Amino acid sequence: MSPRKQPVLELDPAVVRRARSLARTAGRPVVDLARHHTTVSVERATLRLAGLSGADHENLPWVNHLVDAVRAEVGLEHGVTTPVWDALRRGEAPDLITLAQKASAGAVSFRLPTGRDATAATRAARTSVARGIRTIDRQRTARERLIRRHGDAPRTPWIYLIVATGDIHEDIPQAQQAAREGADVIAVIRSTGQSLLDFVPEGATREGYAGTYATQENFRLMRAALDESSKELGRYVRLTNYASGLCMPEIAALAGLERLDMMLNDSMYGILFRDINPIRTFVDQRFSRQVHARAGIIINTGEDNYLTTSDAVEAAHTVTVSQLLNEYFAKEAGLEDWQLGLGHAFEIDPAVPQSFRLELAHALLARQLFPKAPLKWMPPTKHMTGDVFRGYLLDGFFNLVGAMTGQSILLVGMMTEAVVTPWLSDRDLALQNVRYVLDAAGGLTEDFHPPRDGFIQTRARQVLSEAVELLEAIVADSDSAGDPPLLSAIADGTFGSMRRPPTKGKGLDGVVVKADDYDNPATTLLEDGATR
Amino acid sequence: MSATRKAPSGPVVRPYGDTTGDGMVQVSFTLPLPHDKRAEGAALQLAAKMGMEPALLVHAKAMGPDFTFFVVYGSVTHLVDVGDVQVVEREFPLLTPKEVNAAIKKRLRRKLVVVGACIGTDAHTVGIDAILNIKGFAGEKGLEYYRELRVINLGAQVLVPELVNTAREVRADAVLVSQVVTQRDAHIHNTT
Repeated sequence: MSPRKQPVLELDPAVVRRARSLARTAGRPVVDLARHHTTVSVERATLRLAGLSGADHENLPWVNHLVDAVRAEVGLEHGVTTPVWDALRRGEAPDLITLAQKASAGAVSFRLPTGRDATAATRAARTSVARGIRTIDRQRTARERLIRRHGDAPRTPWIYLIVATGDIHEDIPQAQQAAREGADVIAVIRSTGQSLLDFVPEGATREGYAGTYATQENFRLMRAALDESSKELGRYVRLTNYASGLCMPEIAALAGLERLDMMLNDSMYGILFRDINPIRTFVDQRFSRQVHARAGIIINTGEDNYLTTSDAVEAAHTVTVSQLLNEYFAKEAGLEDWQLGLGHAFEIDPAVPQSFRLELAHALLARQLFPKAPLKWMPPTKHMTGDVFRGYLLDGFFNLVGAMTGQSILLVGMMTEAVVTPWLSDRDLALQNVRYVLDAAGGLTEDFHPPRDGFIQTRARQVLSEAVELLEAIVADSDSAGDPPLLSAIADGTFGSMRRPPTKGKGLDGVVVKADDYDNPATTLLEDGATR
Repeated sequence: MSATRKAPSGPVVRPYGDTTGDGMVQVSFTLPLPHDKRAEGAALQLAAKMGMEPALLVHAKAMGPDFTFFVVYGSVTHLVDVGDVQVVEREFPLLTPKEVNAAIKKRLRRKLVVVGACIGTDAHTVGIDAILNIKGFAGEKGLEYYRELRVINLGAQVLVPELVNTAREVRADAVLVSQVVTQRDAHIHNTT
């Protein structure tokens, strides 16, 4: 990631500061809200960090059983760990998994300990959860060591390729082949529908629809395969998956434990595009980002989605607003600039006059607003047709914008987008396209300085000021329930024209208001940076 | 070719490269063979079997150790009898938005209610949005644009019972269900 030294766009620093300060104003009440709630998935993630894994004969994980049992008896408002480790101390079961198994049969009685018992239970819980946190720390160190040993990706942008067969044992050879062909980052697309499962499937899976289930074992298998490839190729090949949907915190924890390198993790995607309850999303979001921060994982945000549902010129400023909000929420959770893979996309209708110059303006704006962030540049999808020849040219122009504006992660576009799942030859041609453009024009960042009041600079300033206007409207929003302005703006359909009130959406029943004595050792360890 | 070959009923055409009747086509494909002379011969054999005679192998490139990508140009021997082409014509007239509104007003005397949703696990709303959203697609306005239509777009990943309840609640005249066509035929399972 080498941001250019001289700023190319002359943005008014006061406007940029105003935009950031508005994002903070919009985000802060939502963070407060997140601090005051927990969710079933946050609690399950905490148990996973303490080492509880596996599932019953119907594939329902033990973490689900244990959280449900505790919730039924004493509620979750005090956190799941205190009653669980109290039960272990009382000898209800010799270990966590036996306790979960007994609890699933209703054979454990939980209570809320007080006084010394409470202190002892929280201390024991912290000791167990800290082991998981230390595993995440060790995996982060292992990644750094492997990058030193094998070397990093040879240049930026990193080349990002997707595999998605549904079968982990098919995905592995495809991912290894993609790495050989030049991919620096492999993303395993998830099975459609996993985002709405309120549990994480178990084991190696061979059945998925348009993608492969995210499971701990699938993570482990793929990371091991790419470790082999990294050794063979002499460069560390990164692995990406999705921390999103109802199990976002658990998947983030598994990603940290199994050394995934990047995770898709957007602050509002689940709310808008999956109709997941806004409060559930923001609570899960904060925990998962705290885990990613600790694990040294780069997050990828999903701003490209706004442009596939809305017009990419009219909605350009919504991308900027979302990037600013994602940045605020990410930094609040402890992520550093180098971990913010903020997203944007080449989705302007090619029939729009000067579409290429507009794309350049938008891409430069993102580059300049977030100079240290590894921006993720997404290829055209909406205006790809069956004309693969035209699509190949469009992908070439997409690559050129990426090269000219110094993007950091480049998702490789396929000319057969909207036609078939990529063929072997499509991937090969797409990589030739990327390599040609990067070799031919990679240095253009040095020469490309659009004039001060030219089309590109003017357009970038216009998008930024529209973003500020939208942020002003968001912070001024209100509803009768007194929700944070951002939540009432989401309820009003401000983003992607989708109305998502905080009282509706999937997963709402898994949200719990914390009691004063709420304890979660994972959150404490993550927020304090402690290891024990 | 059967013995009872009937006389062509319409104009007979061949593909057009740069001269009338030259029959030129281009194809590209991959064979699971390492790139060598034998692989190139195999590509030409396939072209011949596809009716390309003579075929010109203009490009062959190894993709890894086990695959080769080919581009072949050639003249096809096949003739196309345009008279045999059957086109299924639309069985109803296409109305303008104004005519649609007028027809609903006249015949229904109330608003026509349309409920749309991407059901099951599907989150790909691009298709249903193109039909329903006021913005529409490729210059055609979506159904929300029609004054006499009431459109309820439930969006992505709607559970079927939820869709049925909504349809009952609003007394829908039409329910539009969207499912992306995926591998392993998930869409067939979800819609049957």
